[in-house]
Amino acid sequence: MFNPEIETMPREQLRQLQFERLKKTVELVYENVPFYKQTFKEKGLQPGDLKSLDDLKLLPFTVKQDLRDNYPFALFAVPMSEVVRVHASSGTTGKPTVVGYTQNDIDIWAELIARCVAMAGGGKGDVIQVAYGYGLFTGGLGLHYGAERLGATVIPISGGNTRRQLMLMKDFGTTILCCTPSYALFLGEEAAEEGIDLINGQIKAGIFGAEPWSENMRKELEKVMGIKAYNIYGLSEIMGPGVSMECECQCGMHIMEDCFIPEIIDPETGETLPYGSKGELVFTTIAKEAFPLIRYRTRDISVLREEKCGCGRTFVRMERVMGRTDDMLIIRGVNVFPSQIESVLLEIGETEPHYLLVVDRQGNLDNLEVWVEVSEKMFSDEVRKLEELEKKLRHEIASVLGISAKIKLVEPKTIPRSEGKAKRVIDKREL
Amino acid sequence: MKVQQISVFLENKSGRLATLTDVLGKAGINIRALSIADTSDFGILRLIVNQPEEAFRILKEAGFTASLTDIIAVEVKDEPGGLAAILKILESAGINIEYLYAFLEKSSNDALVVFRVEQIEDAINLLTKNNVNLLKGAEVYKL
Ligand SMILES: [Zn+2]
Repeated sequence: MFNPEIETMPREQLRQLQFERLKKTVELVYENVPFYKQTFKEKGLQPGDLKSLDDLKLLPFTVKQDLRDNYPFALFAVPMSEVVRVHASSGTTGKPTVVGYTQNDIDIWAELIARCVAMAGGGKGDVIQVAYGYGLFTGGLGLHYGAERLGATVIPISGGNTRRQLMLMKDFGTTILCCTPSYALFLGEEAAEEGIDLINGQIKAGIFGAEPWSENMRKELEKVMGIKAYNIYGLSEIMGPGVSMECECQCGMHIMEDCFIPEIIDPETGETLPYGSKGELVFTTIAKEAFPLIRYRTRDISVLREEKCGCGRTFVRMERVMGRTDDMLIIRGVNVFPSQIESVLLEIGETEPHYLLVVDRQGNLDNLEVWVEVSEKMFSDEVRKLEELEKKLRHEIASVLGISAKIKLVEPKTIPRSEGKAKRVIDKREL
Repeated sequence: MKVQQISVFLENKSGRLATLTDVLGKAGINIRALSIADTSDFGILRLIVNQPEEAFRILKEAGFTASLTDIIAVEVKDEPGGLAAILKILESAGINIEYLYAFLEKSSNDALVVFRVEQIEDAINLLTKNNVNLLKGAEVYKL
């Protein structure tokens, strides 16, 4: 255990710590973020009204749209001169969601990841292959600094280039692999094809996340790689990876409650639900300086469990994310909203675009196909012009989503409509 | 001298062409000429019919994406080099041919060919001047 004092803190004491930190965060955002001063005022609230941890539920929610409305830096609670790093995730309308970190935030994040890697059995002497993307995405750099903090050896290989991944895995003696579960399965398959024996190799664990997966995939990964496969959870708005992580008991992900307060709410009414109920996950950050968020609605559906865990940690656990309250898809680790496709079609002059996202998994890689109904406006009598349209759509969609998609032009009324509202997504992946 | 042609977007899946011809047949529309240009994913069906405006309306009602375009219907001597002679005339004037296809039936002893060109007025003037016979829309529709 990386930080036993914190990770096994008695819950009463932990709640006290949370309350102290929550008060500080609320004061910080009230004083420094005009958006929060405004939303608190609308609720007739002042920081002093917070009398106990349970009063958290009085505070207003923050939603993704608020982040977009305050693009790029208006939700930051410190001057930009204090911000040492920004990350960004793809946005639904072309503009990304931007998050910032002070040096202190980066240090805390590294500690959280160090705890996560330790949960997966990592420590000094381990060789950690970080095959999450490096860059604006939080996955690569997040795991990187945490693994270094732990004193492990980091291979910052980033995503892609499967042959090189396998070569370094073998030659450098990787013991822990970090990437999306679908990419891990793909690596496993390729290794088998190239005659690389992972099962009897050095690799012992995988830290997998950034996309939904299942117990079946875990079994498969553990079998083909001869490892223990761990689930890690996070979202850039809250911190990045490391918001929660599975311990060796593999019975849900411990939420780093000294830094984040989780809640489960009814997505319809916004009412806070007791532990054990299924609902939307909401997080309040209580240890962040640059980009604190109050009651951020993740749109992820899960359940919180407070029963004691065999590992001795006292942090509550969240179950594997079971779905979304919106129509977001995660494809190859990238967040995709149907509205992003819509924005591209509107931009090329369609007034009422009809489209469908079809996601499939071939082998272990996700494929996205975008069906677009050809309207009279798009239609041309010449094949060349339609092919140009296809190419333009492919290009624009790739630049907005950050991943490539196959474009399929289809006849009108091909896309199923229910009660006049078109179905936007068909997800054929079986996880 | 312009003739109206209907172009329809078709996905490459079985039965679509049959459905379309069935829709037209039931409405009493006769097809005079047709051609399909296709890629691996979709095709464009081009049709010359006896009542283009009516056919266009019916196809739209049936949920097809269609458009009306102007083409010229050219009589080509049914002998070796007949088509080449006409292509040469157009080429020498720099008139670009998008595509062409033949009618199912002949008008007389000559073959009848549909030309879709970018500069349709120029092509009409040029061909007429060179004594090439073009059919009027009304003549084509009632073939
Ligand atoms: Zn545990």
